[in-house]
Amino acid sequence: MSDFEPKVVAFVCNWCTYAGADLTGTSRIKYATNVKIIRFPCTGRIDFMLLLKAFANGADGIIVSGCHPNDCHYTSGNFHAKRRWIMFKELMDFMGIDMNRVTFSWVSAAEGARWAEVVNTTVARVRELGPYVSYKEMVNKSVEEEVKNE
Amino acid sequence: METTRKLIRKQSLEKLYKLLSETRKIYAPVIAADKQVEYKYNPAFSDITFDHIRSTLSAKNVVFPKVENLFTFTNSKTESTINDIDLNKIPEVILWGAHPCDNAAFDILRSIFCWDITDEFFSKRLEKLVVIGLSCHQSDDYCFCTSVGLAPESSKGSDILLSRLQNGDYHAQILTEKGNSILNMAGELFEPVSAEKELITEVKGKFSHEQVTEKLKTAFENPFWVENSLRCIGCGACAYVCPTCACFDIQDETKGKNGKRYRSWDSCGFGLFTLHTSGHNPREVQSQRWRQRIMHKFSYMPERNESLGCVGCGRCSSGCPVDMNIAEQLEALQKI
Amino acid sequence: MNNLVARAKELLNSNSVQVVIGYETGPTGVARPAFITNSEKADRLIYDERCVQNLAVYLTKHEVRKLGKAAIVATLPVMRSIMMLISEQQIIGENLVVLGISSEGNLLDIADIRVMQGIIEKSDLSNPPEYRELLAALNKMSPEEKFAYWQKELSKCIKCYACRQACPMCYCTRCTVEVNQPQWIPVQANTHGNMEWHILRAMHLAGRCISCGECGRSCPVGIPCHLLTMHLTDKVFNYFKVYAGTSDKMSSVMSTYEPNDKESFII
Repeated sequence: MSDFEPKVVAFVCNWCTYAGADLTGTSRIKYATNVKIIRFPCTGRIDFMLLLKAFANGADGIIVSGCHPNDCHYTSGNFHAKRRWIMFKELMDFMGIDMNRVTFSWVSAAEGARWAEVVNTTVARVRELGPYVSYKEMVNKSVEEEVKNE
Repeated sequence: METTRKLIRKQSLEKLYKLLSETRKIYAPVIAADKQVEYKYNPAFSDITFDHIRSTLSAKNVVFPKVENLFTFTNSKTESTINDIDLNKIPEVILWGAHPCDNAAFDILRSIFCWDITDEFFSKRLEKLVVIGLSCHQSDDYCFCTSVGLAPESSKGSDILLSRLQNGDYHAQILTEKGNSILNMAGELFEPVSAEKELITEVKGKFSHEQVTEKLKTAFENPFWVENSLRCIGCGACAYVCPTCACFDIQDETKGKNGKRYRSWDSCGFGLFTLHTSGHNPREVQSQRWRQRIMHKFSYMPERNESLGCVGCGRCSSGCPVDMNIAEQLEALQKI
Repeated sequence: MNNLVARAKELLNSNSVQVVIGYETGPTGVARPAFITNSEKADRLIYDERCVQNLAVYLTKHEVRKLGKAAIVATLPVMRSIMMLISEQQIIGENLVVLGISSEGNLLDIADIRVMQGIIEKSDLSNPPEYRELLAALNKMSPEEKFAYWQKELSKCIKCYACRQACPMCYCTRCTVEVNQPQWIPVQANTHGNMEWHILRAMHLAGRCISCGECGRSCPVGIPCHLLTMHLTDKVFNYFKVYAGTSDKMSSVMSTYEPNDKESFII
C-alpha cells in the first residue's frame, strides 16, 4: 500500500480555521496536499450527514475544525457543534464506523502552523490506517444489491 | 393444459432442488437468525422452510424488486446519453415453496403492470419465473384467503403445486407448460400418486368480498374511515409486505456525470405519496389514505382490473405495528 | 382494570374529555390502541402486560386532536413522552388528562403536570432492563464486528418508516428524508442508504429519546433500531447527567450547551 495517498476532506468554519489555513499558506508553511477544504459559515452548520457523505464519496479521512470555545463568531455555534460531535462520535463508535479517521480540532485564524500540523498528523494517521475499505465496500455492495436480480 | 398429478418423495425434493439450481436461480423461504421467515436467492436446501405460515415479506420482490434500475445515463456538456437496461440479462428464476396466496398475487400484479401498457421489466421477470407452490398445511388467525376467493390449496399462479402428505411426501400437480418442462427434465423423480391423505389446513371465511365491493360503492363518505383508522400511524409497512401492492416511486440519482433512473416501492399510507408540488395534498389525513388502501383493493380494482387486489395472506395485519386488522375491518364494512 | 374503565366513563360522561386514548384487545388477541369517545364503549378498555405501545404518538396526530380534549392511559414512557411534547411545545399540558399507570399496573391519580413530574423523577429512567443485555453485548464487540452487525441488520430495512411513525418524538410534518433538494437520504432501500437513515434518526433523537423501544417493536422486519437511540440515551446521561422527559421546562440536550462541556477527542 506504499503508493496509497489518503483523501482527506476538511470541513472548516469561515472565521477561524479557514482563515488559519489561509495564514498557513501566506506564511509559506508546507503541509500535506491530501486535504480538500470545504468552507462553512460556522461549525454549527456542519451537519453530521456531511461527514457520512464524505465517506460515501471516497474520503479516507475527515477533519472538522472551527473556532476555539468562546471565540465563535456567532458566540455559541461551536459549543452546539461540540455537543453534536460528542453524540455523533458515540453513535459511530457504537456502529463500528471508524472515528480514528476523523479529526476534530479547534484552529484559530492566528494558528497557521497549527493547521499544518493538524493536517499532517491526520494524513499520517490515515495513511497508516490505509484506505477506508470497509465503508467503500458497503457503499459498493449496496449498488450491487439493487441489481442482484439480474 | 390438463393437470398432471404425480407424487414426489421427500428425499426426491432435494434432488429436484439440486437439479434445478444447476441452471437457474432459486428464490425460496428460509428462517433467519431472528426467526423471521424471509425469501433468499439460492439458499442451501437444508435451510429452506416447508413449515412456515407466512414469510414477513411476500415473494413479490422476485417480479417487482424493491429497487429496479430503469436506465442509466451519462451527461456531457452538450447532451445526455441514455443506456437501456438489458432485459435479456434477467435470469430464469424458480420461486420455490411459496404459498397459494403469494402465487395468486402474480396475476393481480400483472393486471396492474400490464393494464394498458405492458411493463417490460415486470413482464420479463414474470416470463422468466417458474413457480413451484406449496399448499398450506398450517394457518393462523390472520389468514383469510377463503374470503377473497382463494383457498389453502389454490393452484392459481403455480406452475407446479406441491401438497404435503401425511407421511411427509408430496403430491405434485403439474399445471402449466412451464411446470411440464420441469416434469420432463426430472421425470425420474416423479412417481404415480398415492392414496395418502393431503394435509390441507382449514381457513375460516370471514366476509364475502362481493358484498364488501358492493358496500364500498357508497361508502366513500362514511364515518367508518375516520373511526377505524385513528390508530393508523401512517407507516408503509402494510404496503411493503403486501404481495399485491404495486405502487412505486421513480427517482433519478446522479453521481458526477453518470446517473440512473430507478423505481422503488412506495406506499399510499405515506402523507408524501399524494403531496403536490403546490403544497396541496388531496389525501391530507390518514383516514383518507387508509380508505384509499381498502377502496383500491376491494372497489377500484374489481371495477377496473377485473381482479380483487387482495389474496388474504394477512401480512398487512400481522406486520402492522398497531394491529390495523384488514379482515376485521372488511367484516365490519360488510355490515355498515 | 375496573377503576380505569370507571374513571374513563366518569370523564366522558362529565364531558371533561371527549376521547380516552387507551388499549383494547384486537381480534387476534393482541393489545392495541383504542380511542373511546363514548362512555358506553369504555368497557373495551384494558390494561395488562400486553399494553406496551407508546400512545403519546397520537397526541400530535391531526385526526385525534380534532376529537377534542383527550385523556390518555400513560405508563412511564408515555408520561415522559408527554413531558417531552410539552417541553417542545407540541401539546399543552392543561389540555390533557393523564391516566397514569404505575409500574405495578395500578391507576395513578395525576392531578397535574407537577404530580406527573414527581412520579417520573422517582422512577428509574435508565434504559429498561430487557434492553441492557443486548446493549452491553454490542458495546463489547470489536469495531469490525459492530459494523458487520449493523450492516446485516440494516440491510433488512425496507424504508417503511414504521420506526419514525411509531415514535412520539418524530412528530415533524416534514422529515429530513423527505427533503430532496438535495436528496439527503437515498429513496431506495439499500444497506448504505438504510444506514444513513438510521444514523440520521438516532442523531435527531439524541437527548430526546425516552427509551420506550417503540421503534424497534414496530419494525416489521425486526431491526433492533431502538438500540441506536437507547445507546445515545445512555451516553447523554454519562456526559450531561440528564434523562429526556423529566420536566416540561427542559430544553433538549442537543439544542443547548454548557461552556464547560467535557470531551477528550477535540485537539
